[in-house]
Amino acid sequence: MIQFENVNKWYGEYHALVDITETIGKGEVVVVCGPSGSGKSTLIRTINRLEPIQSGTIVVDGKDAHSASLNINQFRAGIGFVFQQFNLFPHLTALENCTLAPKNIRGLNASAARELAIKLLDRVGLSEKADAYPAALSGGQQQRVAIARALAMQPPVLLFDEPTSALDPEMVGEVLMVMRDLASDGMTMVCVTHEMGFAREVADRVLFMDSGRILERATPDDFFNRPQHARAQQFLSDIRTPFR
Amino acid sequence: MIEVIQTYWVYFLIGQFPDGPLGGLTLTIVIAAGGLLLAFPLGFALAIARMSPWPILSWPITGMVYVVRGTPLLMVLFWAYFFLPSITGQKISQFSTMLGALVLFNAAYLSEIFRAGIQALSTGQFEAARSLGLSYFAALRLVVMPQVMRNMLPSLVNQFVSTIKDTSLGYIIGLSEVSFIASQINNLVLTKPTEIYFALALAYFTLCFGLSRIAFWLERRLAQDESRSKMHRPSKPTLLEQP
Amino acid sequence: MAFDLNLLLVGTYHDWLIQGLRLSLGIAGITLVLALPLAMVVALFRLSPVAALRWLGVMFVESIRNVPLLAHMLFWYFGAPELLPDSLKRWLYAGNIEVLSATVALTLYTAAYMAEDIRSGIRGISSGQFEAGRSLGFSFLGTMRLIILPQALRVTIPPLVSQTLNLWKNTSIATIIGVGELMYQAAKVESSAFRSAEAFAFATICYLSVSLILTGLGLFYRHRFPVRSA
Ligand SMILES: Nc1ncnc2c1ncn2[C@@H]1O[C@H](COP(=O)(O)OP(=O)(O)O)[C@@H](O)[C@H]1O
Ligand SMILES: [Mg+2]
Repeated sequence: MIQFENVNKWYGEYHALVDITETIGKGEVVVVCGPSGSGKSTLIRTINRLEPIQSGTIVVDGKDAHSASLNINQFRAGIGFVFQQFNLFPHLTALENCTLAPKNIRGLNASAARELAIKLLDRVGLSEKADAYPAALSGGQQQRVAIARALAMQPPVLLFDEPTSALDPEMVGEVLMVMRDLASDGMTMVCVTHEMGFAREVADRVLFMDSGRILERATPDDFFNRPQHARAQQFLSDIRTPFR
Repeated sequence: MIEVIQTYWVYFLIGQFPDGPLGGLTLTIVIAAGGLLLAFPLGFALAIARMSPWPILSWPITGMVYVVRGTPLLMVLFWAYFFLPSITGQKISQFSTMLGALVLFNAAYLSEIFRAGIQALSTGQFEAARSLGLSYFAALRLVVMPQVMRNMLPSLVNQFVSTIKDTSLGYIIGLSEVSFIASQINNLVLTKPTEIYFALALAYFTLCFGLSRIAFWLERRLAQDESRSKMHRPSKPTLLEQP
Repeated sequence: MAFDLNLLLVGTYHDWLIQGLRLSLGIAGITLVLALPLAMVVALFRLSPVAALRWLGVMFVESIRNVPLLAHMLFWYFGAPELLPDSLKRWLYAGNIEVLSATVALTLYTAAYMAEDIRSGIRGISSGQFEAGRSLGFSFLGTMRLIILPQALRVTIPPLVSQTLNLWKNTSIATIIGVGELMYQAAKVESSAFRSAEAFAFATICYLSVSLILTGLGLFYRHRFPVRSA
């Protein structure tokens, strides 16, 4: 579903992604973890070309993400992206956030888009908040609307960049529940997250990154119980102490 | 065109001076500077009056500020230049008319920025000054206003630019500032209106753009000072600061 | 000389002044309609990822804002027509070239200021909003139109209203090139009837009323549509 091949990216002088080669299969749930500044966000943002790359290729669903001739808007419409800061559109209600792209990009008529959005808001447990503006929603609710908004384009792939990091602890669970539900439906998901409980139970594979490299790729069982790389061992012992 | 410039550049810059009254670009700058600086005391008084707790004082002043902001400067010039003499019987010079109108308009504008600046400055500064035993006005003058002025410096430079542009209205009442002089030159030369009016625009541009760059630079420097002073501020109050 | 209210209510002078008011309102209206889209385009230029377009935007804004409107009017009325071919010039002079020059100058001048207000409104919106739009598959312009501009307008409308107020006051400067707007007509009444008090009072009240209405609209908008943030 997603293939990285020898991908390199620089921010000016700084080498942010170093020779990344990796394949993520259809229906796979991959958790990306690693210390802050290791390049996780950069990696996930190159998949839908929010960040350009300087060499290598990234192929998503058979399409070269960084080719000049790609119809980038059509391409992005097929990839759901969930941000750490939610980025809901504050001038639109929860429902309107979810109907905006289906109406304007997929060309759905108003009633079909509305029906779809209500179904998705129901799925994330927020059908009663359909007419609320983002300002009136809690962080956890906003993030669930953001997931519904991404799902409204019915993308085969969903990308999450630390979806629970901006949330108060008591709201993390409700968002993870939705993500778990999506995973069990067979959605292809790439999640940057520090929620190790989620990684352990839901992920098919864990990628561990440090200084722009993928240092370890393993099943959750292997990664948590038999980490190979010294940096991964260090990372795990650092975060394990207050285990959630 | 070179010929026109050679013949008229002195006239363009200083008018008929020293044989006649000062004019041209120099008069533009002089009258704009005067119109802004002389507005300071009045603007300050208006700001204080608007913030005063007595409606008898604050309401009429607020009303006056709205009236000034809702009326074209040209209208005020017309009143002063054409109407006033008809009741006083005394003609006022173009220079005084322009200066008076600019002072009035700038005072209304300055009162707004003084008020915003004073209100933005934390009451802590004011209270600290009063606790030292300074009177209300001494606290304003010695502690609050210097800080307000510093923070307002970029807006003041920008206001100077606006005032320079406003002086061009002197053209209509025959004040020999630079726009009027340019049209005089045009009347003498007759064949080069495009070039002459382009040169006029260029003169204004050079002056105003230069000044607005200075305002921009001041703003950046103030922002830097701000962040530096924050860095050096102790993060927690020390024992010394406790009452 | 007592104040003659009747002079303002009926007769030739009344007609002159009303004509002037109409023309002032007309010029302000047309300028607003032309300046808004122009300002939008200039603001987008200034935010564009293409350096050349950004430069064009800066040049437009700076070159116009740093020259007084009066000098713009003089240029467009006396200077610019000289650059045109003779036939076009003759056609222009046959029509109402005063109003045309004034409208051109006012439109450019107003657009330069409005562009800056729109730009800072757009810049106030977090880059996350832009990324979210692009991630859903919207184009640059689509994201601007559906996501950024509707939010930017909320914060931009009040400054745009005060620019409109400036525009309204600025129409008076068209007097200098002989456009028969309100100020010109007031001066005409003054010089033909020596009735400066009446004529100027009429003009002042007209300017003030429209200004107050605009100020009121701005306050109402701010009250009715408070800025939403997530
Ligand atoms: N826009 C940028 N410009 C320059 N450097 C950047 C930029 N974005 C990220 N970086 C750098 O790239 C590295 C990886 O960043 P990021 O992918 O955000 O890390 P992570 O998400 O793993 O915390 C960091 O060192 C960061 O400072
Ligand atoms: Mg990150």
